[in-house]
Amino acid sequence: MAFTEPKEAFPGSIYDVTFGTERTVTFGGEHGLAFHGFEGAAPHLPVIAFEVQDSLPDDWPEAVHDVYAGVSGDPAVWARFCQDELKAQAIALRLLSTHPDREDRPAADAAKTVADVLDAVSVPIIILGSNHVEKDAEVLVAAAEAAKGRKCIIGKAQEKNYRTITAAAMANDHLLIALSELDINLCKQLNILITQMGYARERIIIDPMCSALGYGLDYTWSVMERIRLAALAQNDAVMQQPMLADVGMYAWKTKEAQAPEAELPRWGSLKQRGIAWEAITAGSMLLTGAELLIMRHPEAVASLQQFIGELSAADER
Amino acid sequence: MALSGVQIFKLLPKTNCKKCGHPTCLAFAMKLAQRQASVDACPDMSDESRGLLGAAAEPPIKTVTFGAGPHVCTMGEETVLYRHEKKFVRPTVIAVRIADNQPDAGIHAALADVLNSEIDRIGQKLRIDAILLDYVSGNSARYQQLLEMVMAQAPDVPMILSVQDADVAETALRSAGTKKPLLHGVIADNFEAMSQVALKHKVPAGIIAQGLDAVAQLAEKVKGIGVSELVIDSGARTAGVVLRDNTLARRAAIKKNFKALGYPVITFAGRDDAMLETLVAMTGIAKYSSIVVLNRSEQWRNLALFTYRQNIYTDPQVPMQVEQKIYKVGEPTPESPVIITTNFSLTYFIVAGEIENCRVPVWLAVMDCEGMSVLTAWAAGKFTPAKIAQFIQESGLPEQLTKKELVIPGYLAILSGALEEKLPGWTVTVGPREANALPAFLKNRPQ
Ligand code: B12
Ligand code: SF4
Repeated sequence: MAFTEPKEAFPGSIYDVTFGTERTVTFGGEHGLAFHGFEGAAPHLPVIAFEVQDSLPDDWPEAVHDVYAGVSGDPAVWARFCQDELKAQAIALRLLSTHPDREDRPAADAAKTVADVLDAVSVPIIILGSNHVEKDAEVLVAAAEAAKGRKCIIGKAQEKNYRTITAAAMANDHLLIALSELDINLCKQLNILITQMGYARERIIIDPMCSALGYGLDYTWSVMERIRLAALAQNDAVMQQPMLADVGMYAWKTKEAQAPEAELPRWGSLKQRGIAWEAITAGSMLLTGAELLIMRHPEAVASLQQFIGELSAADER
Repeated sequence: MALSGVQIFKLLPKTNCKKCGHPTCLAFAMKLAQRQASVDACPDMSDESRGLLGAAAEPPIKTVTFGAGPHVCTMGEETVLYRHEKKFVRPTVIAVRIADNQPDAGIHAALADVLNSEIDRIGQKLRIDAILLDYVSGNSARYQQLLEMVMAQAPDVPMILSVQDADVAETALRSAGTKKPLLHGVIADNFEAMSQVALKHKVPAGIIAQGLDAVAQLAEKVKGIGVSELVIDSGARTAGVVLRDNTLARRAAIKKNFKALGYPVITFAGRDDAMLETLVAMTGIAKYSSIVVLNRSEQWRNLALFTYRQNIYTDPQVPMQVEQKIYKVGEPTPESPVIITTNFSLTYFIVAGEIENCRVPVWLAVMDCEGMSVLTAWAAGKFTPAKIAQFIQESGLPEQLTKKELVIPGYLAILSGALEEKLPGWTVTVGPREANALPAFLKNRPQ
């Protein structure tokens, strides 16, 4: 039997997205499934952003908390550390202190933080709210204004607050993350609602909702796979945006990233376990199509960068 | 290629004689299509139909087994490319490589790691499934020693013999007796001799060649000699090549019915860098490898890879569940609160994990909701006040408690009134919405 490689060409392709001004980064643009460069163009590699918070990361496990021990009191210093020392391609600034259950800081404070961080670094920035639907609507409007002219990615816009956040992204020339909860139909619907406001669909980034290894990763895997097949195979123009995986916060919240060795001797080294939890969660998201990752541990990021290098070099035997 | 029920029906006698145990030929055809019946059950079928149906019933990826006894490894039988279409059925075998060119102490340590690898997760016992014995010393007596050590220390662990010398393979297989190892070592230069050895000892053979075309051609030759259980190795060693070769092979087998690649795939993930090795192994697990071979088996990595395999190989239609029962977290007393949640494994793990972390003893009442999350179960009518009340009343808990307090998930605050009515004598407290707020909630509660 002679073997002919059963390559598939898809009618659809993914939009590419560029963000940042001084330094820019581009991701997306594929004409095939993730790392299927052997059958469809894959012009850009996925991008990994380091997560920075405006609130002390005192609920982060030691293994990742300690990395930022000297810098985490000031988001601008923290961001600079990621850019200069860790060679971050991008920064994801999470305005967590604005959450009513945290410090409930006002939108004006968040705007100031955004301005400080933007002054401190030249890499592109993702600006995230605290994931409180009402508060995010206020905070992200102020943040988007403070970042005007820097072409950031802001989010996350959800079904309940997309109007204000989309309007703010549009008025200040930012890109927008659209978050739906593990449901391909809701994902599509939100993209439609956002574009009906006049926002260009090429400027949306899909967040299908991440889940950590062992904690629903299977749901995220299949939703992402289906979104990507809808975009490529069915050529559904409403689903052709690149996807985000907000990995760090899910991976480091798990029991496996936190439980001490003394309590669970069969689970092995706590430090390695935490890093592996983040690396595998992230790696898995890459295989199903994520082009933008938000991560925390530099060692997990370094491994992922090596992994991305290998995945995109299928011709090297 | 799988046939539909109607296509199968056309090949049957259509007499509805019921000899197959089914009321009609059509009913039998439907069962055949779902692979729930055997072609042999119908005595009246023409030989031609029998041949056609027999070939169609063969899975596009051949079933191959190795090992013997309780932990035999079964591979193949996959029918889809994406897990949302249908469950992936044969979880990747995770194997550890042990080379014969190291001191005995190293071999013993590696074996001990394998034997200690078992972890219980969501009711499943997971462990390193197989050991690959790598012949690199060039000294057949040394390889024989390795084999004996493995068989003595780990008699139940299935073996993969990685040997390309037919004489060494012959000796090893003679020692292995009825253990049915996988003989991984057929290459273009030795295929005739190796095939004979595999045939003689009735073991599956691993076909090694560079690239899919070469491996397909070699597989055909070996099959021609009579070895039917094969495993293929296209030489893929880096993540990108693994992804490409595995994808093209799986597609060829499933979509094009290309038999020469319709075999389980073995992937060597071994690397100096443990984290990179883990990521390459992950790629194999997600993308169609039937065996991944690691260089080592640290516990942190086992936990991560076993969990990953469990995620990928769960049935997307049937969520993972835990047993309905009252779980004790810490040492609860008759005064401790009762926390109720559903038996969706994910929900249980998150909630139980948070409570364990805060070290406040509680009774955790896990109710069977067919494995649905709190809100999904509520939306589906499985987690209603009447059902919760019945579960609690019948659980045996009320008799053990002096203070009857039931904490319900914050997302279902609206249930509290109706629940208090249905549970006389109980106080119903609305807990926080997210489990991560449970520790603070439990610690700050008035005792
Ligand atoms: C995955 C999913 C599904 C999966 C099923 C997954 C499963 N095994 O349950 C599928 C696709 C099958 C499904 C089906 C349906 N779903 Co659904 N689903 C979801 C989704 C996306 C995630 C659910 C999940 O896994 N959550 C994670 C688990 C861990 O959460 P949890 O069990 O609630 O536990 C958390 C808390 O409640 C808390 N907690 C748990 N126990 C306790 C106990 C105490 C005492 C305390 C204090 C806290 C606490 O801790 C956990 C972590 O914080 C949610 C949306 C969402 N993000 O919640 C919708 C969601 C739950 N589904 C919904 C609906 C309506 C349905 C359907 C009826 C129809 C549909 N939309 O598809 C069907 C019903 C199924 C049926 N057979 O009839 C709605 C429910 C709306 C409502 N408020 O009633 C939701 C909220 C989506 C939405 N916004 O519309 N669903
Ligand atoms: S035994 Fe054969 S002929 Fe008789 S009912 Fe069954 S399928 Fe039809």
